[in-house]
Amino acid sequence: MEPLLAIRGLNVRFGPSERPVPAVADVDLDVAPQEIVGIAGESGSGKSTLCGAIMRTLVRTARVSGEVMFSGRSLLTLNDGEMARLRGRELSMVLQNPMTSLDPLYTIGNQVEEVLRERRRDGAGLRPGGAIEVLRRVHLTAPELRVRQYPHQLSGGMRQRVLVGMATAAAPKLLIADEPTTALDASIQDEILILFRELRETAGSAVIIVTHDLSAIRRLSDRVVVMYAGRIVEEGPTGEVFRAPRHPYTRALLASLPRIEGDEVHLEPIPGQVPDLASLPPGCAFAARCPVAKDICRGQRPPESVVADRHRLFCWRAEETA
Amino acid sequence: MGRFILTRLWQTLITLLLLTVLIFILARLTGDPTPLVMPSEATDADRNFFRQQYGLDRPIHEQYVIFLRNALRGDFGISFRYREPAFGLVIAAIGPTLQLAGVSMLVAMMLGLPLGIVAALRPGSWIAAAVRAYASLGQAIPTFWSGLMLILFLSITLPIFPSSGYGGPENFVLPAVTLGFYASASIAMLTWANMTEALRSDFVQMERVLGIPPRLIVLKHALRNASLPIVTYLGLQFGLLLGGAVVTERVFAWPGVGQMLVDAILNRDYPVVQAAVMMTAVLFMMINLMVDLLYAVLDPRVSRS
Repeated sequence: MEPLLAIRGLNVRFGPSERPVPAVADVDLDVAPQEIVGIAGESGSGKSTLCGAIMRTLVRTARVSGEVMFSGRSLLTLNDGEMARLRGRELSMVLQNPMTSLDPLYTIGNQVEEVLRERRRDGAGLRPGGAIEVLRRVHLTAPELRVRQYPHQLSGGMRQRVLVGMATAAAPKLLIADEPTTALDASIQDEILILFRELRETAGSAVIIVTHDLSAIRRLSDRVVVMYAGRIVEEGPTGEVFRAPRHPYTRALLASLPRIEGDEVHLEPIPGQVPDLASLPPGCAFAARCPVAKDICRGQRPPESVVADRHRLFCWRAEETA
Repeated sequence: MGRFILTRLWQTLITLLLLTVLIFILARLTGDPTPLVMPSEATDADRNFFRQQYGLDRPIHEQYVIFLRNALRGDFGISFRYREPAFGLVIAAIGPTLQLAGVSMLVAMMLGLPLGIVAALRPGSWIAAAVRAYASLGQAIPTFWSGLMLILFLSITLPIFPSSGYGGPENFVLPAVTLGFYASASIAMLTWANMTEALRSDFVQMERVLGIPPRLIVLKHALRNASLPIVTYLGLQFGLLLGGAVVTERVFAWPGVGQMLVDAILNRDYPVVQAAVMMTAVLFMMINLMVDLLYAVLDPRVSRS
């Protein structure tokens, strides 16, 4: 199937051109229509920058190169006006912090109606009850009351529902969710994740969910992409990657999840630290923390190895980790 | 909302009462007015008669109670110098001061707000650099100098506007530009800072990725959020212009309450000092009250929580 989003050779660099900081490097990524893709990685792995590059919301000083094809359009070559017309309609996003992502000075109804008025072509914003419909679709309780309330009168989970409702009000083909559950109570996280899966059915949206919360990815996504220091290190079907991770970093990441065995909680933190993007080693960026690194890992960047259908990784030890 | 207003009014009354005590004592610390009011050849009997007539021979707490009781009826006593009710004198001077402060604030807002907004929208541009230079100059140049320069160029070299006096609209131009330019500098800087912060906020980022048009983001969302501290500051600035435009009133011979207060202090004219300070304070607090109310209108979190 023709991918909805096709990213080829995407690079994002910050800082002076003599000493660039590569926040995203050589990323290739496809997202099919209505597919849910999880992007995992620690803070600083470049996952949020990748979203910013797709939405074209990075600071002006960021230097973006490569190609981002989105339903037949090359996003990086559109002018600002054309890009602005796509946002909220064709591709949309939910930002990290639901507590501060709504304007505190306007009612929920006012803000939802604004999105409907500006983004929907069918005049849903002018119809009475349009906002209530949007809130009902994301299962916000008592929507008739909520439209008259202000953001500070709603809990974090309720605000996240409002934001998801706003982002999907125009049934975008692609929804990017940046850490959608991180700021929420554990009990609410599940409900929000279920909501995303539902939206794929009702709005027909593909979803990119970016999070360091691997359990959220496991529960939600069809495919998982693991990033480290700005690069994709492993990518594959969620079930396969979680059952049999191939890249040492993916393995370490999964091992760092708390596991309960009997009465004990096992937790294995990854030794070392995320490398400084401004001074990356010539070889694999994970080599310094990798338990199975060889000399070649430190000296040369690993090539892509396709280990199974749609499962690929970048590792010199790809053969041995099977 | 009603409860909010009542609390505010109550606090205002307490503050005013404390202020009466303070100004009553401070006025008396300037010294005995008798030698300034009576001719030098007046006898001790004459001086005592003056003190008796104005109640200055009584204990200070008794004087205060009499002052307070009369003040509540709008009677601030008779000016020692002009032999007229102090209240009437101050009321006559407060009109021109209010008008000048109002026009100056308009000038300041019309200059400062747009400059601050434009600078915030174009960080690092030449416009932002120009606004920074404008604000630095505005804050660094004292009003007595900018006022004199305006008189020199626009009323002597090029006789376009009158250099002093009060009456027609042409009289407002030079003093209002002097004060307005000065006040606009800090308004521009504050607007700039608050707009910059508002434009960086999460909800503005969210509106951007939702494709909300920039004009709505800037004018409806960022500006209203940025306006909360600006409104407070505008109220404060207006109050300062009411009570503190003494220098400008001097330079342009403006018959305002600032001039009158300085004269009254020099002459130890207690009733006028007390009346002028109290009236200015009442105005100042009314402005603050209006700012608070406006705040509650602008920010639902104030009135609903």
